[in-house]
Amino acid sequence: MKLTGAEIITEVLIEQGVTDLFGYPGGAAINIYEALYHRQDKIKHYLTAHEQGATHAADGYARATGKTGVVLATSGPGATNTVTGIATAYLDSIPMVVITANVGTDLIGKDSFQEVFITGITQPITKHNYAVRDIDKLAETLRDAFRIAGSGRRGPVLVDVPKDITAATYEFSPMPRWEEPKVSSAPQSELLKVADLIAKAKRPVVCFGGGVISSEAGGELVEFVKKARIPTCHTIMGTGVIGFGDDLDMGMIGMHGSMTANSAIDETDLLLAMGTRFSDRVALNLRDFAPHATIVQFDIDESEIRKNVMADMAIIGDIKTELQSLIPLVEGKERPEWLETIGNWKKEYDIINGKNITGIRPVEIMEVIGEKCGSDAVIATDVGQHQMWAAQFCKKTRPRGFITSGGLGTMGFGYGAAIGAKIALPDATVFHITSDGSFHMNMNEACTAVSNNLKVITVIFDNKVLGMVRQWQTSFYNRHYISTQPERKTDYVKVAEGFGARGFRAETKEEFEKVLDEALAGEGPAWIVCPIDREERVLPMIPGGGTVRSAIME
Amino acid sequence: MNEKKAIIALLVENNANVLSRVSMLFGRRGYNIDSLTVSETNDPTISRITITTQGDDRIIEQIVLQTRKLVEVKAVQLEDENEAILRELLLVKVAADESQRATIRDICEVYKASIVDFSPSSIVCELTGKPSKINGFLDVIEKYQILELCRTGVTAMDRGNKIMSCENKESHKC
Repeated sequence: MKLTGAEIITEVLIEQGVTDLFGYPGGAAINIYEALYHRQDKIKHYLTAHEQGATHAADGYARATGKTGVVLATSGPGATNTVTGIATAYLDSIPMVVITANVGTDLIGKDSFQEVFITGITQPITKHNYAVRDIDKLAETLRDAFRIAGSGRRGPVLVDVPKDITAATYEFSPMPRWEEPKVSSAPQSELLKVADLIAKAKRPVVCFGGGVISSEAGGELVEFVKKARIPTCHTIMGTGVIGFGDDLDMGMIGMHGSMTANSAIDETDLLLAMGTRFSDRVALNLRDFAPHATIVQFDIDESEIRKNVMADMAIIGDIKTELQSLIPLVEGKERPEWLETIGNWKKEYDIINGKNITGIRPVEIMEVIGEKCGSDAVIATDVGQHQMWAAQFCKKTRPRGFITSGGLGTMGFGYGAAIGAKIALPDATVFHITSDGSFHMNMNEACTAVSNNLKVITVIFDNKVLGMVRQWQTSFYNRHYISTQPERKTDYVKVAEGFGARGFRAETKEEFEKVLDEALAGEGPAWIVCPIDREERVLPMIPGGGTVRSAIME
Repeated sequence: MNEKKAIIALLVENNANVLSRVSMLFGRRGYNIDSLTVSETNDPTISRITITTQGDDRIIEQIVLQTRKLVEVKAVQLEDENEAILRELLLVKVAADESQRATIRDICEVYKASIVDFSPSSIVCELTGKPSKINGFLDVIEKYQILELCRTGVTAMDRGNKIMSCENKESHKC
């Protein structure tokens, strides 16, 4: 059948299983919107306040489900507004397809109105991108985009489509949805070597990251560490996989990780790294990272091996498949001394400090959320101190329940991401944990939550300062507080009401419990602002380049 | 850090932007490009790029692995400087009046360079060869006043039966 380019786009989206997309219309994109108008039975478009919000929403949607998130934006500023969201997805390996409209082919390269070379701009922040120049390549290109975004190491792919191509017609035949074939496992001989290393290790540690979630290997990971009895820590991207409080769980690793996890890395003789890329927030000092360990690195992306940390052995492939093959090869081996050491560290170090802190504390907020909403709630965060507190205290016990910008560290990520997660999982309780700094970046997305009556509960950790930078100024810059104490007078309750949302304020734990109940009982989005003591810091902290021995504890 | 020179050959899809993709990867990861050549191959859908770069073993390994990840890159191989055929072309315009022409011609003869242009005050010499030969020629010719110089950069190919062909990356019917 002959279809217009715009119709081909919607048909390929439907064919690829897309039911929701996020975007913002404009002159160059209007044909695509016309095609969407006629396919509202199959695919729902969510209009955001800003294209950045659309990309974060698609990202949150993808993180909450594993499905590829889809964004539609117009040319020029519409396209450039997607850049931060694309980079956020790229750094965390999140599957996303971004379709940007462009000016007509005859106007390209002439600095036309709302023209920008978006494929050039996004080259270093996409897994791949395409500038479609012929209608006969359109369907194939879009299918390739979904295949690339959703296979191997996931990532964002951008497809730029000029307006005249959305109007041209071409023969279209539907194709079945593409499914990723299973990546074959590493040779048995290699896995036997790993099993042998595990059997001989006295102080083994597993450290895993977002790759385990991306591969849906959470169940296998837990089965593996429980069978082999290996203490386990995770990067912020791996939050939620292993049950909080499990005797093998040591919490988060890295700059604001637990002392137990960082101490274990310092002493381990066998480090099994799974789906983690040893960023500078995890391996703060490359030379002194796991100094006594044989390091075995499992990754789907061969270029991650020896990029940052020198691994002694590498297993390349899908971690789920690798773990399925590895589990039968390992034996349960109790290492009472090692577990006792770890237990002692937990007792000694992993307690929450905070002398002279007044008012409601971040840990209390996270505890109340955990108690009231359990582990099925989805938590999306912004970036900064509140993000670290959320990660440290959320006690998540399921994958895909903690959504955060780990790699790029994008302030303003959270609201869009929470909206996307709520759309993906309408029955889930969805929290957006934010702060006054991050929230001011993209609070405009409140209108999206209101328009779509999405019950996203925003909790604002309001310390009236840009807390993380200020914490660095406190610790390393002689308390030279420049540009971190903005003296904003925002009345969040009024602003929430102004957007048509509900606003609450809680100054104590008891008040927070009460208003959270109200917020959960009502309809539509709610904001709860909690004034936080600005001297509250994220601890422990290992300064950049340091090791657990240089950690700041209080 | 043992910095060494490396010559990397790539087979890439012959698309617009592919060169910018490869060079941007080098730029963003901080790898230096010393020289780069690119041209279409016998298969018009495939181009061949030869890059010379520098780094320690780990950097060179990273360059190969990162480059291989690009969707449009179909094959990557490191060329062994001692085994592969390496060729580069030099054009150099040297100031030369009548009194200097004979000596310059003698030098060219020794290096098997050709003189491709004469003017009353200058000579253009052309030399094809491996980079070390070109460097040797330049060491001598530099005694004269060089007015203009350009080198194409190295292009490389394995000797014998070893054929560089597209890898079986599932993404492309190559």
